[in-house]
Amino acid sequence: MAAPFDLNDDSVVVIVGSGAGGGTLGTELALKGVKVVILEAGKRHNMEDFVNNEWESFAQLAWTDMRTTSGSWRVHKNFPNLPAWIVKSVGGSTVHWAGASLRFQEHEFKTRTTYGDLDGANLLDWPITLAELEPYYAKAEDRMGVTRTNGIPGLPGNNNFKVFEAGAKKIGYTEVSTGRMAINSQPRHDRGSCQQIGFCFQGCKSGAKWSTLIAEIPRGEETGNLEVRPESMVLKIEHDNSGKATGVVYVDKDGKTQRQKARIVAVAGNSIESPRLLLNSASSMFPDGLANSSGQVGRNYMRHMTGSVYGIFEKPVHMYRGTTMAGIVRDEAGFNDKRGFVGGYEMETLSLGVPFMAAFLDPGGWGRSFTSAMDGYVNTAGLWIVGEDMPQETNRVTLNTEVKDKNGMPVANVHFDDHPNDIAMRTHAYKQGAAMYDSVGAVRTLPTPPYPSTHNLGTNRMSEKPRDGVVNKHGQTHDIPNLFVSDGSQFTTGGAENPTLTIVALAIRQADFIAGEMSKNAF
Amino acid sequence: MTTLIDRRSPSRGPSRRNILGMIGATGALMISGLAVINPREAWGLEVVALKPETMRTLIVMARDVYPHDRIADRFYAVAMKPYETDAAKDPALKALVEEGVITLDTLAKARHGVAYADLGWEDQRVAILREIEDSAFFQKVRGGLVVGLYNQEEVWPIFGYEGASAEKGGYIDRGFSDISWL
Repeated sequence: MAAPFDLNDDSVVVIVGSGAGGGTLGTELALKGVKVVILEAGKRHNMEDFVNNEWESFAQLAWTDMRTTSGSWRVHKNFPNLPAWIVKSVGGSTVHWAGASLRFQEHEFKTRTTYGDLDGANLLDWPITLAELEPYYAKAEDRMGVTRTNGIPGLPGNNNFKVFEAGAKKIGYTEVSTGRMAINSQPRHDRGSCQQIGFCFQGCKSGAKWSTLIAEIPRGEETGNLEVRPESMVLKIEHDNSGKATGVVYVDKDGKTQRQKARIVAVAGNSIESPRLLLNSASSMFPDGLANSSGQVGRNYMRHMTGSVYGIFEKPVHMYRGTTMAGIVRDEAGFNDKRGFVGGYEMETLSLGVPFMAAFLDPGGWGRSFTSAMDGYVNTAGLWIVGEDMPQETNRVTLNTEVKDKNGMPVANVHFDDHPNDIAMRTHAYKQGAAMYDSVGAVRTLPTPPYPSTHNLGTNRMSEKPRDGVVNKHGQTHDIPNLFVSDGSQFTTGGAENPTLTIVALAIRQADFIAGEMSKNAF
Repeated sequence: MTTLIDRRSPSRGPSRRNILGMIGATGALMISGLAVINPREAWGLEVVALKPETMRTLIVMARDVYPHDRIADRFYAVAMKPYETDAAKDPALKALVEEGVITLDTLAKARHGVAYADLGWEDQRVAILREIEDSAFFQKVRGGLVVGLYNQEEVWPIFGYEGASAEKGGYIDRGFSDISWL
């Protein structure tokens, strides 16, 4: 039912990327009667193609095209060409995400006001408030079927959750539950309920987990207004003499270069590829890249303050059975600077299989300290910490002109250094996570360093004033009215929450704005 | 285990007397012609691109890097076999591996008077590995091993990991919340 649009059809909205931002925006516009072409760099897989095997699935889904890294973060040392663990596939990282769907807190839209001027942090208030986003959060939760909203019951807790919950309560935490998850706890919207398969990161094989691949894009395609072109890598956004975007140049599945004309271009390729595309689209009119009059394109790269704590017990846990992210503690999520840092963090259960545990427990580690921890695998419980990291201008996605991809385009270099606030927060979180497990009898706890980034944010940030950021409160670039950014790179600051729900809410809101402006004959 | 030669066939296996004659500090790993063999586990690994002694040392080194006392040598051998396959096509890799093993033996002989694989204690061998852990050779071997060892489905049950579950209906009726000791 895909609607093939002509390459010369300059009435279409072209969206680069089909993940939480692009897939939702494209579907929502199609439902409103707008013609949309989504260009997706990756292949299209069906849910029955997903594989319950970590490395095999990684080869199927992960973005492994060349990238480079720099900075003092440990990912640079251990995974120099894998700054991010995200997806190259129709559905983007919604294929791989764990499903945690949390609203930002009110103060997290006003960090400059709330936290003040923090040395080295490029803090800025969002140009929107929680109140403005609330109706869209509500729409997103309904659409995604988020548990504990819209009368949907929470998911049952698995073994990993039960250990986590007992430990959390033992040390006095009260906000502990199986969380708000975009995973069906009962059949809803033609999708069945969770079978506790595990392997949420490898693409849900039962369809219980929301993704744009299975829950959005097919609805958009049914309207006849949405065409998704997989294996279409966009190289450049073009513009006319007036500075208006006119379309994109991409390499199609057969390796042929194509030019798709457009009325509007929306970039949603994740916080690494989106700024890379804007920078690679530099022209004589925009020598520093498109939408970059502020110089902020690629800057303020955020990846959330993360880390994991694993606890090894005397008896079996089987943490890998069931939902990967099976529960949450929110007691540390608020703002309380008595802890010695600004911002807050969530603790969420996490499990890895043996192959990824070996790769990520202590990257580069070896010897008996490492293998005795692996020997405790079946008795291990695990949690992930995810907190607000500080935007820094020097944390940055740039073009590495020394390294080109197969299309001859400079690859992205991702530079990252932790801010002292990030380090103070991680130290606190490691201690709290270990205390939870210790309180229920852990014989050993393991503070595990951050994995390659799954939450990539901020590189085309929203700002009220054009000089402070790349896009306005609708994700519209300050410099080019018919060029939008529709992914997590819009985030002014990162919040403590997993970002997908906010990306989806912003995309639904942006669709309203774009459709409204189109009806007024803007662009 | 198709990548290893099954030595259970009596016509191909070394005689018992030969085995007894060859057992040394390396435990069950021996050289027989162009193969590394482990009579106790009844397997052999033919080596052509690399020296058989090099492969034996690699297998000993693999266990020293990721020592699991419940994991048999054959799993380490399977994880190291790609170096033989790749060395046949890649002279630079072959040189890296052969020279790396020479370095291990040189250090072992200087410290203790015997080759690396003949050192009796893991601690002695690990001390030598610590000296070279930043080298390209060590990093290559460790980096390959962390996938090559732990991604073998046959080792997962040893860790209590059950692998794929979707085709079994997930864990909803198979113990996802069966913890009883809390």
